[in-house]
Amino acid sequence: MRHIISILIENESGALSRVSGLFSARGYNIESLTVAPTEDPSLSRMTLVTRGNDQIIEQITKQLNKLVDVVKLNDLAESVHIERELMLVKIRTTEGTREEVKSLSDIFRGKIIDVTPNTYVVEMTGPSDKLDAFINALSEESIVEVVRSGPTGIARGEKGLQV
Amino acid sequence: MELNGGEIIVQCLKDEGVEYIFGYPGGAVLHLYDAIFHQDDVKHILVRHEQGATHSADAYARATGKPGVVLVTSGPGATNAVTGIATAYMDSIPMVIISGQVPSPVIGSDAFQEVDTVGITRPCVKHNFLVKDVTDLAETMKKAFHVASTGRPGPVLVDVPKDITDPNIKVPYHYPEAVNMRSYNPAVTGHKGQIKKAVDMLMEAQRPVIYSGGGVVLGEGSAELRELTQMLNFPITNTLMGLGAYPATDRQFIGMLGMHGTYEANMTMHESDLILAVGARFDDRVTGKLTEFCPNSKIVHIDVDPASISKTVTVDVPIVGQVKPVLQQMIDLVRESKQRPSEDALQAWWGRINQWREINCLDYDRNSDIIKPQYVVEQLYEVTGGDAFITSDVGQHQMYAAQFYHFDKPRRWINSGGLGTMGFGLPAAIGVKLAHPDSEVACITGEASIQMCIQELSTALQYNTPVKVINLNNRYMGMVRQWQEFTYESRYSQSYMDTLPDFVKLAEAYGHVGMLIEKPADVKPALEEAFAMKERTVFLDFITDRTENVYPMIEAGKAHNDMKLRRAPGAPVDRELS
Ligand SMILES: Cc1cc2nc3c(=O)[nH]c(=O)nc-3n(C[C@H](O)[C@H](O)[C@H](O)COP(=O)(O)OP(=O)(O)OC[C@H]3O[C@@H](n4cnc5c(N)ncnc54)[C@H](O)[C@@H]3O)c2cc1C
Ligand SMILES: Cc1ncc(C[n+]2csc(CCOP(=O)(O)OP(=O)(O)O)c2C)c(N)n1
Ligand SMILES: [Mg+2]
Repeated sequence: MRHIISILIENESGALSRVSGLFSARGYNIESLTVAPTEDPSLSRMTLVTRGNDQIIEQITKQLNKLVDVVKLNDLAESVHIERELMLVKIRTTEGTREEVKSLSDIFRGKIIDVTPNTYVVEMTGPSDKLDAFINALSEESIVEVVRSGPTGIARGEKGLQV
Repeated sequence: MELNGGEIIVQCLKDEGVEYIFGYPGGAVLHLYDAIFHQDDVKHILVRHEQGATHSADAYARATGKPGVVLVTSGPGATNAVTGIATAYMDSIPMVIISGQVPSPVIGSDAFQEVDTVGITRPCVKHNFLVKDVTDLAETMKKAFHVASTGRPGPVLVDVPKDITDPNIKVPYHYPEAVNMRSYNPAVTGHKGQIKKAVDMLMEAQRPVIYSGGGVVLGEGSAELRELTQMLNFPITNTLMGLGAYPATDRQFIGMLGMHGTYEANMTMHESDLILAVGARFDDRVTGKLTEFCPNSKIVHIDVDPASISKTVTVDVPIVGQVKPVLQQMIDLVRESKQRPSEDALQAWWGRINQWREINCLDYDRNSDIIKPQYVVEQLYEVTGGDAFITSDVGQHQMYAAQFYHFDKPRRWINSGGLGTMGFGLPAAIGVKLAHPDSEVACITGEASIQMCIQELSTALQYNTPVKVINLNNRYMGMVRQWQEFTYESRYSQSYMDTLPDFVKLAEAYGHVGMLIEKPADVKPALEEAFAMKERTVFLDFITDRTENVYPMIEAGKAHNDMKLRRAPGAPVDRELS
């Protein structure tokens, strides 16, 4: 099953490689990993998407918790949560297709943020499957480049992942 | 007090109560070595290879419970230390390694003797630090000792760029009494409800067994383990790492379990209905085939590291905490409880266990006119009154040591279990002798293993650490040969050496005493003679039976009740019992 794990980790050089090294050393897979400092600059927040059966996920969270730099973590799959991913897509356009791309982007609540005579850049956020759907709706030849941030997530309700 | 970086490190070691530091100098640590020169509270042991430094420090820690300390230079100094760091990591041994690094401004430029030490060691340390500012140095040292020695212990490395120890940069010195790390809070006491549940299960068990490991040694829980085991009259088995945590000569001890464990220990595990696992990590050498591991048992597991629990074997009642307080909580509950385990059930259980004992699985040919390795260990046990510190290398000799030297006290048996590092034994013996100068220390080794760190014989002379090297010389990498005999139709591919050195002369060349022993009748007298030479390191080269194998054996991937036993006298094949 797919799990999305949120991690608060000391914002130290090398902290990221402790996490990624753990995954490669123990043969766990990482689907995506995002990381940025939090409102407290001494802490970073990571969001990590991985897959595995319950036993593997249990080991992953235990091993992550064991890293001395990890302050706290939370498996979002265990609660109701919101997930968002950012995507930028560069799309080849012609006189004839421009209107169609624009309306498709509107349907998916995307924004056109750069225009050249032959291309659009569309910005879009949403759950990963919505971004997948947008990509699938485009014709393959029209896609010049796709950049995705990987999902980040937050639990619903009053509780927060804090120190 | 204003100190420079080198002086700060030395002062931290003093404040931490460090007696010995095992090391080897080089460019990146010269400022630090100059600070060491100016004092003699912390004694520096100059090894002959950085691997030796790590094993000596590691064994010092195993023998005392205090963290071992290592000092190496950048680049090759650090890479030479990696094997020893990984050895300590796998067995959860507290150790602090200080490594020199190239000056901060040139890090990343492929400078002379630069390696990414923090990167190389990351997967085999509990934690590591790169010091970026001399004002952080003392606190980082404190954190290193704190992390190394609390929770599940382990090695911690502090990488110190040369400019951090610049003698001209002095800063105020303050060594914190304690450190508080928001990200590191290991458990101590266990969850009360879980402990209560566990005790209830102990009381109900019909065929219980206690399976204890290195965690009891590391966590100083031997007295509690003994008390609980004896209160309950349960059988107890130890892992290789747990030997000595429960007295081997006690009636309730059924021997080591696992690949080369006793028949009775493995059968007891297999047939049990309740396992109390204490500070043991269900290693593959112990469990054998996982799908057939203890098919009818409920498992209670006490471990300080949650990641050890349900890692390979799913347990029924996990208890996260230090063995000592948790066992004490259990003892208190048992004492308060009116219930006791069924005496009838236990009597029947002991009846079966005693039948398994009668197989006498460790028996060997005592009438051989070639020296049997088991006989040497038995005689060593006699001659030392069973009270020596025994270090070992890796191979058959290690298993004979574990099976035939009956450890009654913790921290007496010092070996590399998790990584299985050949070369560990001799430097380990030196570390132990420094820790316990008045005790006898013997290193049980093989002719292949001993050559991996033989250079430390020179260190033993320099620091006058008289140890006895018991070389069980079978002219084979016996453990490798045994596997080749069993699984590769005796194709002995590269498992022997044609050109062994003359160990007697080699010992003499290093300034020690060498003895060659070729006949069973000479074994005991030779040992007596060697141990009478209190002030000398003696290398005893025992020429042993080349064909001897370690039994019982659970071959890789087989279950506990599928053991290979030594062939009965006169029988053509090994016994396969189940
Ligand atoms: C050639 C060879 C053959 C071997 N054959 C065997 C064999 O037949 N049988 C065998 O048993 N082993 C054998 N081994 C050793 C094996 O590889 C493992 O090293 C060993 O089984 C692990 O022992 P352990 O489970 O006690 O764990 P250890 O490695 O000692 O780990 C200790 C456990 O206790 C926990 N712990 C630490 N401190 C505390 C504390 N204070 N409180 C609570 N918990 C704590 C840790 O988290 C960890 O889970 C062999 C090794 C070699 C090299
Ligand atoms: C550094 C290292 N390399 C290789 C091995 C694999 N290995 C395990 S036992 C062994 C043979 C040991 O031979 P010896 O020291 O003579 O002991 P014996 O088994 O003969 O008693 C080898 C090569 C190891 N454990 N460590
Ligand atoms: Mg040998």
